[in-house]
Amino acid sequence: MPMQCWQTSCRWLAVALALLSALAVAADDGMSTERRAMVATVAAMARDFRAGGIDARVLAALERLPRHEFVPAPLRASAYENRPLPVGYGQTISQPYIVAVMTDLLRVGAGDTALEIGTGSGYQAAVLAELGVKVSTIEIVEPLAREAAERLRRLGYGGIATRIGDGYHGWPEQGPFDAIMVTAAASHVPPPLLRQLKTGGRMVIPVGPPFQTQQLMLVEKRADGTLLTRQLMPVVFVPLTGGHD
Amino acid sequence: MSERPPLAAVAVLSAAALAYELLLLRLFAIIQWHLFAYLAISVALLGIGAAGSLVTLARRRLLAAWRRNFVLAATGFAIAAVACFAVAERLPFNALEIAWNPRQFAVLAAIYVLLFLPFLSAATALCIAYSRFGGAIAQLYGADILGAGVGSLGLLAALFLLHPAETLRLICGLGLAAAAIAAWPASRRLGSTLGLLALAGPWLLPAAAIELVSSDYKDLSQALRVKEARVLAQRVSPLGVVTVVASPLVPLRHAPGLSLNAGDGPPAQLGLFIDGQTAGAVTRFDGALAPLAYLTHTTAALPYRLLQRPRVLVLGAGAGSDVLQAMAHGARWVDAVEANSQITGLVQEELADFSGRPYSRPDVHLHAAEARGFIAASRDDFDLIQLALVDAFGVSAAGLGALNESHLYTVEALDAYLQRLAPGGLLAITRWVSLPPRDSLRLFATAIAALERRGVAEPGRSLVMVRGWNTATLMLKNGAFSAAEIAAVRSFCRQHSFDIVHVHGIAAAEANLYNVQERDDFFDGTRALLGPARQDFLDRYKFELTPATDDRPYFFHFFKWWTLPELLDLRSRGALPPLDWGYPVLIMALCQAVTVSLLLILLPLALADTRLAFGAAPTALRRRVPVYFLALGLGFMAIEIPFLQRFSLFLSHPLYAAAVVLASFLVFAGLGARFSARLAPGTRWPFVAIAGIALLYVVVLPPLLAALMGLAQAWKILLTVLLVAPLAFCLGMPFPLGLAAVAGRAAALVPWAWGINGFASVVATLLATLLAIHWGQSLVVVAAVLLYGIAAWQFPQQAPGDAPGPA
Repeated sequence: MPMQCWQTSCRWLAVALALLSALAVAADDGMSTERRAMVATVAAMARDFRAGGIDARVLAALERLPRHEFVPAPLRASAYENRPLPVGYGQTISQPYIVAVMTDLLRVGAGDTALEIGTGSGYQAAVLAELGVKVSTIEIVEPLAREAAERLRRLGYGGIATRIGDGYHGWPEQGPFDAIMVTAAASHVPPPLLRQLKTGGRMVIPVGPPFQTQQLMLVEKRADGTLLTRQLMPVVFVPLTGGHD
Repeated sequence: MSERPPLAAVAVLSAAALAYELLLLRLFAIIQWHLFAYLAISVALLGIGAAGSLVTLARRRLLAAWRRNFVLAATGFAIAAVACFAVAERLPFNALEIAWNPRQFAVLAAIYVLLFLPFLSAATALCIAYSRFGGAIAQLYGADILGAGVGSLGLLAALFLLHPAETLRLICGLGLAAAAIAAWPASRRLGSTLGLLALAGPWLLPAAAIELVSSDYKDLSQALRVKEARVLAQRVSPLGVVTVVASPLVPLRHAPGLSLNAGDGPPAQLGLFIDGQTAGAVTRFDGALAPLAYLTHTTAALPYRLLQRPRVLVLGAGAGSDVLQAMAHGARWVDAVEANSQITGLVQEELADFSGRPYSRPDVHLHAAEARGFIAASRDDFDLIQLALVDAFGVSAAGLGALNESHLYTVEALDAYLQRLAPGGLLAITRWVSLPPRDSLRLFATAIAALERRGVAEPGRSLVMVRGWNTATLMLKNGAFSAAEIAAVRSFCRQHSFDIVHVHGIAAAEANLYNVQERDDFFDGTRALLGPARQDFLDRYKFELTPATDDRPYFFHFFKWWTLPELLDLRSRGALPPLDWGYPVLIMALCQAVTVSLLLILLPLALADTRLAFGAAPTALRRRVPVYFLALGLGFMAIEIPFLQRFSLFLSHPLYAAAVVLASFLVFAGLGARFSARLAPGTRWPFVAIAGIALLYVVVLPPLLAALMGLAQAWKILLTVLLVAPLAFCLGMPFPLGLAAVAGRAAALVPWAWGINGFASVVATLLATLLAIHWGQSLVVVAAVLLYGIAAWQFPQQAPGDAPGPA
């Protein structure tokens, strides 16, 4: 339909403009080509698997961020491949596509507040900071937390509040939050975190073993305070096809 | 110099090699957990067949100084068993990353080679003995197989006393002991030295040499990385290493299925790990029920909404959270069944102050038993039978247990549980939610089949299923759910924001309200399974959901071949598809085993020296040898594995089953082998007997064992031994009969035949599992009988009219 075509064109134009603007500001660290290719791959996957694609601002943030700074030195050559990578201490940096989808699901913008449980390498926190979000992040593994804090400060993300310790109780002093991301696996959603989520706020939890994010859980706190969860699969795999629909 | 066959050395070395194989499975379960470890071990076992090829190629040289080479090979095994494992576990292999990083396959290949070496060494020694003493094959095979039986039993015993890593020292000592025994008749000095080394050497190994290097991604590794977290207690048994972790600074909290509306999480807990993977938690309990309130906010709490002061049976009680849940809901009596006594022992003894000894409460009775065995023996009726999250999430989520038989979730199992329900009683099964839905829907399909089997005309009226964001609970009622009960289910779900998947009369608008999915395949699936188009749905669904049965107990196998192109396409577009790894890994293992086997079987034929030696054998014999020993290797395992599984269900307890069934099979097969020395060459009656007994058992055993499952354990063990004995006795004969016939007519073919049998055994282990998944265990036995028919037909003796080969 013409209207749909028009909307699609606008969306593409927005993506293109965002990418161009990102190109202009990205530091020339010799990795911009790889970064651009990674973002193109992520955008292509999003077209395949997500009805609305991914917000152009999120893609632009990925395009600006030096992901190779967030992975161990021996893996830098693989930093812009669209796959998860080990970052030591039994932790991983998620697949760029999954990072993009999770960030997109949070629907955050400049001035919003976000809490992240499980800092890891600090990449996800930096993506949110790139969107103008005021980020607080907690990591349980002490050496990982120290390395991430130092890295974030060195890369100019000193505004991100970091803390070593137990994420179960959240960070009430910094809250309430517009968005919460629980990247550390849990058997249940910690009740204190739900209390620190603002009305209208969103929480995203990736579910699955390391390297294998199988579903994303999105929790929304509605105006009446009730919680709605959505269980989303990052890829389209409809178990029934043909004749069922 | 004595030239008697080294029977004792063969028995000891065979015991060491089999114990090592079983120990490797345990060790890799602890340090890795992934099926790729299983893959590595299956390839390593090909080292046994490869020894046949090696001895074939270097036969003259190896046999010229047979004793020295036997001693060298046995010593090599002792060293390699420890050294190769130590190197292999330190290689940077990350099975979880294999879908993303093809370089991991290169590391895996290095592990193959390393683990291959110990088996190659041990089997080379054994094959030298077979080749050197062609006239004593029956005695050698008897010693070999008897040793294997003792080795498997001995390992089980050792794993009760020693940590699996320490058990490596025993294996090393046994290997050196075999070398010492073999050396003794020729050189007392060498024999004594090796004997001393066998006794002292392994214990002098530094702890670092046998230290287990666990994957960084195992739950236990992750838990211990938290500051001040420490191991509080540990117990070992062949069922696993049970570890309890305390983390004072950052408490561990385990409350699967907890509603998002729950105000509070669990009280203080200790982490419980089996083989390094989360297996629940020990919850602080001082008799006060208020801190247990969180247990009323899970999907598993649903049945308590419908029952007043029920008598509860908890199957797979573990650390006791389901028992605490029953107490929190005012159960009047709880029977708790747990097969792993190490867990309940820790809870009741070392952790008694923390756990409050829940199993010692006056209204709780603990039974050390496995679920099916307990149910079969029980004469009590229960208001509620609970079976909650018996397997760990990691295993469930990654599809790692796809090849494991599970007799907990078969149609027969559900039928047996239903039989023990009081009128109006409930069976409640809670499982992790996987997306797209797999096990929950299969469980639903299995429940329908079980109810229909009991003559329930409208199964939908006796079923309720609800789901939260990470757990789903299915309830089956002995009777139909009343309108009041359905109203209570609706109220419970509303209160906790759980979704109703099925109650009788559910409307589409009632489903998918709180944990919203883009399309509710849970609701659609249960509708289809209850409707007239059930078979069409089962055919079209992209995961295997056909109910599991005791004959095909592969509940966790969901893979369908026709989805492969779509999965590969997803992968090519950068996505990790929802693939359950078990089945594809089995196929990979099988392809590798067949390829390596064929190459190494054919290798001797390609080399001039051996071609010449083979050429001296009659043409027909050269044709018959590969067919006969291939058929035997495949057939033996294809009979042994299904019956092992059938008797395992009967004996119920996994340890009794492994010990009694395996030992009976091997001991009676060993006796059969010894007996075969008295038989005339070319005797065919053992083949007829095997076929007759195996086919009789296929028909008679399932109903017979099901009817007798309620017997006392001692009677069941006796009956198992009596039933296994005649079959195993006959199974022990064809191999030594055939090998002796070959030794008498073409000695050069003996190691080749031995190797072919070794390769076939590895391939058969994988193939029998694959075929059992598709055909069921009964048909695997029928296929094995056909293989024995082929073996009888191709017995390696000279048939009338056979031409001798060119000289």
